[in-house]
Amino acid sequence: MGLAKLNQLYREVILDHAQHPRNRGELTNASGVVELRNPTCGDVINVAAQLKDGKIAALKFTGSGCTISQASASLMTTVLVNQPVQRARELIMAFSHLISGETISDQDDDDLGDAALVGSVAEFPARIKCAALAWHALDELLDQKGDDHHD
Amino acid sequence: MDKGLNESRKDFPILDQQVNGEPLVYLDNAATTQKPNQVLTAILNYYQADNANVHRGVHTLAERATDRYEAARDKVAAFINAASRKSIVYTRSTTEALNWVAASFGNLVVNEGDEIVISQLEHHSNIVPWQQVAQKRHATLKYIDLTKDGELDMASAKRQITDKTKIVSIAHAANVMGVVNPIKELAAIAHQHGAYMIADGAQAVPHMKVDVQDLDVDFYAFSGHKMLAPTGIGVLYGKQDLLEMMPPAQFGGEMIDFVHHQDASWTQLPWKFEAGTPNISGAIGLASAIDYLNQLGMANVQAYEREIVAYTLPKLLSIDGLTLYGPSDPNKHTGVMAFNLAGLHPHDVATGLDMEGVAVRAGHHCAQPLMDYLNVTATARASFYFYNTFAEADKLVEAITAVKEFFADGIS
Ligand SMILES: Cc1ncc(COP(=O)(O)O)c(C=O)c1O
Repeated sequence: MGLAKLNQLYREVILDHAQHPRNRGELTNASGVVELRNPTCGDVINVAAQLKDGKIAALKFTGSGCTISQASASLMTTVLVNQPVQRARELIMAFSHLISGETISDQDDDDLGDAALVGSVAEFPARIKCAALAWHALDELLDQKGDDHHD
Repeated sequence: MDKGLNESRKDFPILDQQVNGEPLVYLDNAATTQKPNQVLTAILNYYQADNANVHRGVHTLAERATDRYEAARDKVAAFINAASRKSIVYTRSTTEALNWVAASFGNLVVNEGDEIVISQLEHHSNIVPWQQVAQKRHATLKYIDLTKDGELDMASAKRQITDKTKIVSIAHAANVMGVVNPIKELAAIAHQHGAYMIADGAQAVPHMKVDVQDLDVDFYAFSGHKMLAPTGIGVLYGKQDLLEMMPPAQFGGEMIDFVHHQDASWTQLPWKFEAGTPNISGAIGLASAIDYLNQLGMANVQAYEREIVAYTLPKLLSIDGLTLYGPSDPNKHTGVMAFNLAGLHPHDVATGLDMEGVAVRAGHHCAQPLMDYLNVTATARASFYFYNTFAEADKLVEAITAVKEFFADGIS
């Protein structure tokens, strides 16, 4: 088998997002920022979101990490921006199921778009944490700030 | 022909398997070693023939279990050349041993304004307990720097260890930098300044002959699971007079002399530290592991590992874009080889190697201050033991090259 299986994980879209991350940088006017660490490798991800009218108006991340954690963060920002907070939380949950190898609804799969490709990490259990890091950070952020209705 | 030192591979059936469709190449021995049949059989035999609780009860099985548990202690004492069996305290692990010394002995001898000296290459288990002591006692925690090559800088050691220093605690062999530190020399410096010398032997005892009296260390800690024994058994060696003055870290059954309603007195060494039912089968497994290592001969184990390092290290260094941490001179490097590939995260490297059947560790190796010092977040690490073969070293090098190519194609 050897390295052939690696192609399942490191698909072109994922390599592209790792190499050219979208929405990477600081967010001015952020409603909240959450930093999470991957305790096994020390990688750090910072996720910042601006919430407006119950929606994620802007979403950015900073930090360093492996191909999977960087690509997953980048894909997350492209998929969840402009989503209503409630729907974003559902999609975070769906993503979390997906990377654990569980099946998700077609609707969720559609809405996750390219981010659903990260689902192949389920075949590489040691790397699930890398894929989940940014999504967990955003979930925590929404947990803290999602109910504030300040416009 | 290529079957590990003394054809030892046959004793480790776990090594004979396929992982991801490739033969397993287990190179994560610094994390934990595999266990030979002899050790597994000793544990099985104990449970099938002798199992009972120790030091309580007058029946025959209790007597046998106690005898075996205590005979294991004698074996440990002889293995590291302790002056007395009373100097050997069983613990759960290196981590527990260092925590006990820090909490019980450290808090006893360290006072406000004193210093505790460790180094930049320590494992968290030899950092965090001392941070706790330093905070509690209002003492200063100081770090010995490394040379460019990643060795302990002895000039820095002489500057950092002063008359205010009460504790010097250093890894005997390093779990990332792959160096062996001059513990005997450090102990002499520490003692000149009236400080106590503690060594973390987790990566040393499995790989070389250790003589605690020759090193003149005051305390010495190691783990069974990194030297063929099961998890959950470790050792704290201490000079007898120091163990006498050190209060127990835990209290309960086994460790008491007499319990009154309001207070109690402790029994004698080494049992005063062993509260509750201990890890009896672990101690018996450790004794069997020591028998196994003695049969191989620690000098042979060390010589074999040196050969495999001398073979592997230059091959690794010749891989374009590979950075090796620690000395590039194979004579100064142990079988612990940490590295990074330019432009690649070690997690991605380790996943790639795993697909080739090669098990290495990737991460900070419980040495985050060292990662900071090296200015990396993480590294990959291959670590060898005597059952690894030269063919496996070749496989490591081939797999690294293949992973590099995979990502070069995939990313560019
Ligand atoms: C140098 C060093 N010290 C201490 C430890 C901790 O050992 P344990 O986890 O068995 O307590 C390790 C193991 O990872 C180590 O490599």
